[in-house]
Amino acid sequence: MSILVNKNSRILVQGITGNEGNFHAWQMYQYGNNVVAGVTPGKGGEWVFEGKVPVFDSVKVAKEATGANVSVIFVPAHFAGDAMLEAADAGIELIVCITEGIPVRDMMRVRKYLDQKGSKLIGPNCPGLITPSEAKVGIIPGNITMPGNVGVISRSGTLTYEVLYAMMLLGIGTSTCVGIGGDPISGLSYIDLLEMFELDPLTDQIVLIGEIGGTDEQKAADYISRYMTKPVVAFIAGQSAPSGKRMGHAGAIIESGSGTAEEKIKALQEVGVQIARHPEEIAILLNR
Amino acid sequence: MKLHEYQSKKIFDRFDVPIPKGRVANIASEAKQIAEELGGRVVIKSQVLVGGRGKAGGIKLARDPKQAKEFATEILGMEIKGLPVRKILVDEIVDIDQEIYLGITNDRTCRQPVVIASSSGGIDIEEVAQISPEKIFKLSIDPLLGLQDFQVRDIALGIDLKHEYWKQFIKILRGLYRAYLDMDATLAEINPLVITKDKRLIALDAKMIIDDNALFRHPEMMELRDLDVEAPAEIEAQKYGLSYIKLDGDIGCMVNGAGLAMATMDIISQFGGKPANFLDIGGGAGATKVAAALKIILSDPNVKVILINIFGGITRCDEVAKGLLSALADVKTKVPVVVRLVGTNAEEGRELLANANVQTANTLVEAANISVRLSTGGKL
Repeated sequence: MSILVNKNSRILVQGITGNEGNFHAWQMYQYGNNVVAGVTPGKGGEWVFEGKVPVFDSVKVAKEATGANVSVIFVPAHFAGDAMLEAADAGIELIVCITEGIPVRDMMRVRKYLDQKGSKLIGPNCPGLITPSEAKVGIIPGNITMPGNVGVISRSGTLTYEVLYAMMLLGIGTSTCVGIGGDPISGLSYIDLLEMFELDPLTDQIVLIGEIGGTDEQKAADYISRYMTKPVVAFIAGQSAPSGKRMGHAGAIIESGSGTAEEKIKALQEVGVQIARHPEEIAILLNR
Repeated sequence: MKLHEYQSKKIFDRFDVPIPKGRVANIASEAKQIAEELGGRVVIKSQVLVGGRGKAGGIKLARDPKQAKEFATEILGMEIKGLPVRKILVDEIVDIDQEIYLGITNDRTCRQPVVIASSSGGIDIEEVAQISPEKIFKLSIDPLLGLQDFQVRDIALGIDLKHEYWKQFIKILRGLYRAYLDMDATLAEINPLVITKDKRLIALDAKMIIDDNALFRHPEMMELRDLDVEAPAEIEAQKYGLSYIKLDGDIGCMVNGAGLAMATMDIISQFGGKPANFLDIGGGAGATKVAAALKIILSDPNVKVILINIFGGITRCDEVAKGLLSALADVKTKVPVVVRLVGTNAEEGRELLANANVQTANTLVEAANISVRLSTGGKL
């Protein structure tokens, strides 16, 4: 078991013929995934990956032909909003948007529409998710993690890899690792995923990787104190960040003194979450 | 991207939000001429992208064109919170009866636009929120439906606006909302929106912040950028798709990924060091980017050591190593470099660096330790 994706997921790649999309779709394909289709408007009828994966003009047609139920999006920011709406309109259950730099205005509309359609969204501006040995949806490298009992939730990309890798070096594996993205408006939140991991029989403990900006980590702390029985270990990046400066991620900004790492760490510590001082320490704090 | 008051007012004007008569000037004699055109009495407002202009003496009322010129000279010679005043806005003076606050911003929690209004305008809205929160009226807008007429009326009612002003107010709020949407603003604010003694509603001040991610839809905005608020190295970094922020420490950092870059700065601080910058080289950074990043870090004379932390995913460690070698050959720096490569093609990367004059580390902890020791003058 795992959450959101497993070996039965039927994966569709929007933007499969673009540079990035093609490279990562190939990595996913080699990982042993069911990459069942690609979509690039105007390139319907072509085949990729040695003629094994068909390309369609629209998500709707691709879904009808292949039974895809998960879509991963690699299209540029200008078109990503439309791609998400298209996937939701076609009835895709889980949409994973890797693209970064999508305008907030677009994301507000997309999120609202997806909620109405009942599609789940991960991202945007995220590395996607991985259930080791079963499904890799996005860009998290496959060789830095292995199957195990730790659920990982993160707002970051490479920082997550750092943690997964440190865990693997100590022989600790992952049930599912989900990168929820660093944008101010995104899909599934810490709370949604904490709930899923709490209910997942193969997840025994959870790693939460946060960063400065917003109050999502504080809300997660509140949720943990009310509903979580499984232990949580956390790391918050940006303790040395100055306020008023956006640190790469659109969401990572300390505004008028709120959203600091200190506040987040305090909120999590108060509800019994162990805090790692640096990313490699997370692996040490987990139960083996 | 923050816009100046005069830039925001120009946009408001396009969306039928009434603004005072006036123009922007960059020399004092122009201020005099504008004052003459406007009938003598004017307000001279410094155009800098910081708050508290009034308190700093950057806003002055002039009774005639001669005084307008004097004040303009004075204000144009000022620096406010470290920023030079290069432009002034010369506006007509209106007689104020009441001041209102009206703003639209993105509500991150509800994931939709929110209109904020208050009958207590003219002062910092965050102050109002603290002192008398009951005076703040908020209303969420469904992003798929847009601003509805009944909502506009609700806001007018929420701030106890007299019926006689509703017609003007509805037009202004509608205009403000269109400006907010069309310009991809994350904030469109009128503070104060004044009711004049002759019963007109006018946006006396204007503030807009544009979503950086949406600038591709507004190429004309690039000309409105105020480069004074951005450090030259930060502007240079943007050209190469790097995200760089200068800090005041002495350990230069080059990392791929924003979260990991912050974590790297944190661990340096924990070990008693001081990061000189935040630098995210982004995903898939090749040799050119790495070379540019190295030069930007070295443009800061405080840098005593450079820590490079790369977790290869999309980014290939051998590419980073190649970029580093060519950059080091090019700039010939004496600043020691500590490199930690993990992930995609890390072995190849490390081999490439074996003969170079760089210090390698296996873990982030080790890399941070070495860097801190080097920055404090310690030997290895």
